[in-house]
Amino acid sequence: MSSNSQKKGFGATIWDYMTTVDHKKIAILYLISGGFFFLVGGVEAMMIRIQLMKAGNDFLSAGTYNEVLTMHGTTMIFLAAMPILLAFMNAVSPLQIGARDVAFPFLNSLGFWLFFFGGIFLNLSWFLGGAPDAGWTNYASLALASEGHGIDFYSLGLTISGFGTLIAGINFLVTIINMRAPGMTYMRMPLFTWTTFVASALILLAFPPLTVGIFFMVFDRLFGANFFDVTMGGNTIIWEHFFWIFGHPEVYILILPAFGIFSEIFAIFSRKRLFGYTALVFATILIGFYGFMVWAHHMFTVGLGPTANAVFALATMIIAVPTGIKIFNWLLTIWGGNISFTVPMIYAVAFIPSFVAGGVTGVMQAIAPLDYQLHDSYFIVAHFHYVIVGGVVLAILAGTHLYWPKMFGTMLSEKLGKWTFWFFFIGFHLTFFIQHFLGLMGMPRRVYTFGADQGWDLFNAISSAGALLMAIGVIILLVNVVMTVAKNERVGNDPWGDGRTLEWAIPSPPPFYNFAQTPLVRGLDPYWIEKMEGNKEGMVYAEPLGDIHMPNGSIIPFVISLGMFTAAFGAMYHMDGHAWALPVLIGGLAITFGSMLVRSLKDDLGFHVTKEELIADNERIQREARALEGGKKGGLK
Amino acid sequence: MDLNKRYTPQTWPDHPETATLEGKNKFVGFWLLLAAETVTFASLFATYLALKDKGPSGMEFSASGLFELPLVFAMTMILLTSSLTSVYAMYHMKNHNFKAMQAWLGITVLLGLAFLGLEIYEFNHYVHLGFGYTNSAFSSAFYTLVGTHGAHVVFGLSWFIALMLRNAKRGLNMYNAPKFYLAALYWHFIDVVWVFIFTVVYLMGVIG
Repeated sequence: MSSNSQKKGFGATIWDYMTTVDHKKIAILYLISGGFFFLVGGVEAMMIRIQLMKAGNDFLSAGTYNEVLTMHGTTMIFLAAMPILLAFMNAVSPLQIGARDVAFPFLNSLGFWLFFFGGIFLNLSWFLGGAPDAGWTNYASLALASEGHGIDFYSLGLTISGFGTLIAGINFLVTIINMRAPGMTYMRMPLFTWTTFVASALILLAFPPLTVGIFFMVFDRLFGANFFDVTMGGNTIIWEHFFWIFGHPEVYILILPAFGIFSEIFAIFSRKRLFGYTALVFATILIGFYGFMVWAHHMFTVGLGPTANAVFALATMIIAVPTGIKIFNWLLTIWGGNISFTVPMIYAVAFIPSFVAGGVTGVMQAIAPLDYQLHDSYFIVAHFHYVIVGGVVLAILAGTHLYWPKMFGTMLSEKLGKWTFWFFFIGFHLTFFIQHFLGLMGMPRRVYTFGADQGWDLFNAISSAGALLMAIGVIILLVNVVMTVAKNERVGNDPWGDGRTLEWAIPSPPPFYNFAQTPLVRGLDPYWIEKMEGNKEGMVYAEPLGDIHMPNGSIIPFVISLGMFTAAFGAMYHMDGHAWALPVLIGGLAITFGSMLVRSLKDDLGFHVTKEELIADNERIQREARALEGGKKGGLK
Repeated sequence: MDLNKRYTPQTWPDHPETATLEGKNKFVGFWLLLAAETVTFASLFATYLALKDKGPSGMEFSASGLFELPLVFAMTMILLTSSLTSVYAMYHMKNHNFKAMQAWLGITVLLGLAFLGLEIYEFNHYVHLGFGYTNSAFSSAFYTLVGTHGAHVVFGLSWFIALMLRNAKRGLNMYNAPKFYLAALYWHFIDVVWVFIFTVVYLMGVIG
């Protein structure tokens, strides 16, 4: 049980991942499934751009186009961007605070499997009568009238995966509050851990309103409730409020961890302490705080009145201040640094102008009267792709390169990485910069085609060409991944050579207990401090070598999620009058609550890794490190 | 953690719920979950207030005509008392008096069941008046808010019962003490939500 060097069969490996509660393996699960959904969402994006590459195109029908654009947005936000960021949070933040695991390893696994089954459920809609088609915002006035089960797939799928995300959020909050190593005070936490912390707090407070809104939608569509039905006294604006009370913090849930990744990159590859660390921390907290006060800027044209619009316009503009603080701190971190332009650093440097462009258009939209002009035009599409792709996706690509060695023990090719970067970066600006002008010229978003006489042909063709470049960039990244896995050249603790935080002080990938001895943290960038003081051992330790308590693996999270997945099918088809649907609903819920009961009644005390096993494991690690030194003198440099 | 370690009231820690790292994690995590639950109920309350008395034109139901205070007042008193008895149970848990804790939890469960019975009676009564779930936006919002609270009561009771039966033979230890503590905390939360329901739905409803 304690040795991870044993060779296992394929089936045993699958079972291992299905039952794992190890945050590092769950991170890999998040990365693989998030990556898969990223490709699915990417294919949907390409279909959109193919349809719009010329006037009057008939590649997709109007109805299919609605489904594709809805699923593109929903997949990218809920099933690609968030899970991939959760992959990095899982892989890195427990290591950064010197913890052996997260606070609730069992719940960590449950969170993943709920997300996974929710995502699968949502995407099965393609094969079971049609995908959701009311946009990722799923406005009730549209969604209630949508035929078929597409909207129900959306509601139930996001409910299941939303529970998973909420669980992950609580888990990271408790982990960071309770499990920090001795000396790791809040103001010594790496920025990525700080952003994980604040993003988790946003998840905690933003997901319940979405769940409530979605439940109203489910009840209205499946059980005859009247929350949004105006003829029965309902109010369709309630959905819009709940969606954006969730939806606006959601974009900060995405961008804050992205900021965290870039903060790490700027410090590592400028070989400098982060400039204005304290200001960066407080800017992060402020962004999280203001994030809850601006939701109605998505609803300026609803008619909430000039007072509401003015308040929300002002609050929105205020957010630009802490964001600006961050931008300047990053610039001043690079300033005078000893910079190495590795792939992660190139992404980070490219991120600054791209994201600032998205931020500037955001402040433009905060001006409520101007927003009346821009609303629902391609200007909006350009804006949010500039912040999401120019911020979050660049961070995901940078983070993949940065943390790949820590997660898998191998190094992605820098050369192919640079090819990916240039294709993706040029393609991104080519696709979306011109959409600002399409919007100003009057092209509305979410239209499946346009006329040849409207003068939008050329710009749309250019935009589609850019999308092709981005796709080529992603394909090169996939080739890079396959080649890296095939070559399997192992790397040591600190493959970038300039790691500053605790995760770089331990092997890549770390042993399942992370730290044989809990490290003692003596300041910000603890590993860098030890390096500068010439500590050969890596770290100073806060405890003698002793037995380590670790949690047991469990299949129960998988079964709980499978039960909810089953129950969702029952709930959905029950309304069609299928006789089998009610037993499926009840059976699914019975599986879920039954396995929760088993979890509650059966004692699970974990197990101990003994001191002797730790010593043996440490000798193996030392042996492998020596072999690495001998085989490849000098490593990366 | 050694489940076989025997405690006496003298060796039992003052705060058994946070005496272990697992306990501490559960304690903080559960308070955070309650924060999420608070936002959930805030959303339901907001919806209820927006849709109160709203229905198809000519709807005969209104909060002031429908709700009657005596029954709801009895329910409130029962639930508040059950919160008090769960405090007694936790008092005995902290003094390592397992039998007294089980007894007070038993009384808490009985009071909870009485509350639940009255709530089912109340809902049944409204449905017989024609105020069903699909009657109007008002009815949907009312049943969803109060029903979600009722579902929490069911979950809380099931939790208490499962814990009491599971640990009936082996008594208190450092592994199950945090579980009892959190179940009681959950019960208090349910109680606080009901105080708001009593005020916002029933008292403000009757006033009109």
